[in-house]
Amino acid sequence: MPTTNLEPYLAKHSFFSGLDPADIEEIAGCAKNAAFKAGEYLFKQGENAEFFFVLREGHVVVEVPTARGHSIEISSLGENQILGWSWLMPPYKYQFDCRALKQTKVLEIDGRCLRGKCESNPRLGYELIKRFARVMTNRLQETRLQLLDLYGAPADRS
Amino acid sequence: MMSTPELAIGSQQGSLLPEIYRVEEVIPETHDTFTLALIPQEGEPMTFAPGQFNMLYAYGAGESAISISGDPDLDGASILHTIRTAGTVTSALRGLRPGDSLGVRGPFGTSWPMEAARGKDVIFIGGGIGLAPLRPAIYRTLNRLERYGRVRVLIGARRPRDLLFMNEIAGWPVETLVSVDRATERWRGHVGVVTPYVRNLEIDPGNTVAMICGPEIMMRYAVMELLNHGMRPKDIFITMERNMKCAVGFCGHCQLGSEFICKDGPVFSYETMQFWFAQREF
Amino acid sequence: MKNETYILERKDFPTLLEELGRRGYRTFGPTVRDQAIVYDELESVDDLPAGWTEEQDGGKYELRRREDDALFGYVIGPDSWKKYLHPPRQKVFSCAAVDGLITIDDPEPEEPPMAFLGMRSCERHAIAVQDGVFLDPGSADPAYARRREQALFIAVNCTNASETCFCTSMNTGPKVDLPVDLNMTECLTPDHHRFTVRAGSNRGAEILEAVPTRPATEAEVAEAERRIDEAAGEMGRTIETSDLKDLLYANLDNPHWEDVGARCLNCANCTMVCPTCFCTTMEDVTDITGKSAERTRRWDSCFTWDFSYMHGGSVRQSSKSRYRQWMTHKLATWQDQFDRLGCIGCGRCITWCPVGIDLTKEVEAIRNSETVEEAHADN
Repeated sequence: MPTTNLEPYLAKHSFFSGLDPADIEEIAGCAKNAAFKAGEYLFKQGENAEFFFVLREGHVVVEVPTARGHSIEISSLGENQILGWSWLMPPYKYQFDCRALKQTKVLEIDGRCLRGKCESNPRLGYELIKRFARVMTNRLQETRLQLLDLYGAPADRS
Repeated sequence: MMSTPELAIGSQQGSLLPEIYRVEEVIPETHDTFTLALIPQEGEPMTFAPGQFNMLYAYGAGESAISISGDPDLDGASILHTIRTAGTVTSALRGLRPGDSLGVRGPFGTSWPMEAARGKDVIFIGGGIGLAPLRPAIYRTLNRLERYGRVRVLIGARRPRDLLFMNEIAGWPVETLVSVDRATERWRGHVGVVTPYVRNLEIDPGNTVAMICGPEIMMRYAVMELLNHGMRPKDIFITMERNMKCAVGFCGHCQLGSEFICKDGPVFSYETMQFWFAQREF
Repeated sequence: MKNETYILERKDFPTLLEELGRRGYRTFGPTVRDQAIVYDELESVDDLPAGWTEEQDGGKYELRRREDDALFGYVIGPDSWKKYLHPPRQKVFSCAAVDGLITIDDPEPEEPPMAFLGMRSCERHAIAVQDGVFLDPGSADPAYARRREQALFIAVNCTNASETCFCTSMNTGPKVDLPVDLNMTECLTPDHHRFTVRAGSNRGAEILEAVPTRPATEAEVAEAERRIDEAAGEMGRTIETSDLKDLLYANLDNPHWEDVGARCLNCANCTMVCPTCFCTTMEDVTDITGKSAERTRRWDSCFTWDFSYMHGGSVRQSSKSRYRQWMTHKLATWQDQFDRLGCIGCGRCITWCPVGIDLTKEVEAIRNSETVEEAHADN
C-alpha cells in the first residue's frame, strides 16, 4: 500500500480521531506500512526506539527475556492497538522485546521524524502527548490490576 | 423497565434437609479445583437453570454454596459442580470418591438471562473460578447458537495453570479470548487483565447482553468498560457471592442491601445491583 | 363468638391459666428471674411479676417495686416471644455415615402448642415482622410456620412506657391493633383489680367462655382506653420515620458511622434482645467415632466478625460497617426487602447496649449532620 493513502486510515483510527487534517498529513508523512511474520521481532530490549506502531492486523506480545533464553510475556496486543512510547522520551530506547505471534501488519511511524514535527508544531505535539498519556494511563491501570492478583484466593493475598 | 434475571425453575424452598446424592465421578480440573459429578440416590436427576447453585453438605463438615457447572440441556445427566478447595467443607468435598454420598439441597437462585438474550449478541466474561457458573449459560448458547447473534467468550485467570476447562474451550465454535495475568515461559496466549480486551471489543450496545462472573473487582472494571461502550445497565448481568447458610432467604448472611444473594440472586442485572455494588464493606 | 369486652376479675385470673392447661397449651409469660422480667413457662399466677416494674434507659435496666400488685405493671424485659417461635438453637438433622454412605434423619419434633401470656403490642408487631421473613411463600421455614400456627396470643396492653420506648413513633403500640386471640388491659385502683378482655379469634372466644367473666360497662372500657393513652404519652424516645430510607441510603458514607463504630463493642447484645433480628448460622458436630453427625441452627449476629466471612476474609471488617449494616437493615433496607420497617420501637437495643448506644439518637445525629452539610453548602 503506498504511503500516500495512509491519511484516510489514520483519520478513521480512534487514536488519531479529531486531529486536524493537516496534522494527520504530517503524521502520515512519517508513517509507512510494514509486516512481520510469526516469531519475528518488531523490536528488542535496548535497541533505539525508532518507531511506534499502529497494529492493523495480527497479535504481538511484549515480553522480558530471561537468563535462560526464554521470555516471559507481560502484555499482548492486537488489532487497532497502539504499541510503543519509548520514541517519545529520552533515552529513546525500547524497554522490552516485542514479537509477532502470527502474521502481523502494522503502520510504522518514525519517531525521530515525528518528534521533529512536534518541536516545530506544538499543537500537534500537545495532541499526541494527550493521546499517548491515555495509552500510558490505561497501561498503568491494567498493570495495577494485574498486580492485584484478582483471581487468586483472597487468602493468598493477605 | 425492571430487568430481573429469569426466575428460578424447580427451586426447592424452605427445607433445610438435604437429599442424598452419590458421587459418580471426581474430575480433577486444575491444581486447586475439581468437578464432582453427582447423581441422586433416589428419584429423578435434577433439572436446573444456568446460573443456579446447590448447597452441598459434606458429612460432619457442613454445607457450601456451589454453582452448577454442567450442561443444562443434557437430560438425565449427572449434575456437575466445579469447586475450588478453599475451606473445611470444600476440602471435605475434595476427599470424596466415586460411590461416596453427600447431601444436596437445591437448585437455588436466579439464572442467567438466556431468554432475554435471544436474538442479541452475547458477551461472556469469566474470571478464575467464575467460569464455572457461566459454563451452563455458555453450553445453553452453544446448544442453540441459531438463537443468538455474535457470541464472544472472554476468559481471565491468574496463571496458565489456573485456567479451567482449557481442553474444551478451544472446541467452542464461538470467538474466545483467554488471557492470564502472569505468563510462564511456555505461555503463548494473551497476557493482561480482561479490561483492555473488553475495551477493544466491537460492541453493538443496544443489541448486546453481557454475562459476567468473577471476582468483584474484575466485574467492576469489566462493567465500567461495557458502560463506556454505551451498554445499558439492564443488559449487563453479574453474579454476586456472599456467605450463605440457608440459601432460602432466612439466615440473613447473604444480605446485600435490598437483596438476599441466595434468593434474589446470585445473578443480578447491573441495574439492580449498581447502588450496592458501589458501597464499601456493605 | 363473644366479641364484646368483658371483665375478668383478678381473683378469677387463675382460671384462665387452668383453662389454657386444660386445652393442652404450655403457657409462657413474664416472671422475675436474674433481676429481670423474663419469659418462662408459667406454673401458676404466682409466677407472674406481681408488684414489679422496671426502670430502663440507655444501658440501664433495674427492677423496681411498684406500690400496687399489678401483674403486668412492667413494660418489657430482655426476652421476646422470638425465643419460642424462632428458638436460639434448633436441631436441623442428625446424620449417620457407614463406609462413605450417609443417611439423614429429619427431627420433626412434636411440640405441644404454646400460649403466650402478656404479649405487648410492639411484640405482636415483631411477630408480624418475623412472619414476613419466615412465612414468605418463596422461603417459608416449616418449623416456624408450625409453631406460629399453633401458638395462642394473649395480649396485655401497656399501661406504662419506659424511657427507651418509642412504639408510638413506629405505629406499633401501645394499643394492640394486630390480631390476637385474647386482648386484655389491666385496670388497678385501690378499690379494684380487674382486666378488660376481648376475644380476637374463635379459639380466644372459646377460652373466654370457659372462664368467669361479666360484660364490661362503658366506663370500664373507657378506663382501659385511658390507661393505654397514658402509656402513649410516656414514650421516652421518638424517631422520625418518614424519610428513614432515603436518609440512610444517602448517608452510607457519613463520618458519623465512624463515631458510633468507635463506641460499639460489637457484643451483639442488641441483636440478641431484638425481637425482629432473625439471622442464624449452622453448627456441625461429629461424634468422636465419626459415625454420626448433627447440624444445629442457632441465632447469629451481624456484629460478629465471621458473619460476612467469605474464603479469605470478612466483607464487613470494621466495627462501623457492622453497626451500619445492622441499623440500615432495621430502618432502611428492610423496607425494600419486606415493605415495612424492621424495627418496632421496643427500645430493647438501647436498654441492653452496655454502652448505651441509642439508634434514635444515631439517626438524629446523621440527620443533623446532613443539615449542617447543607448549611455549609449554602454559605
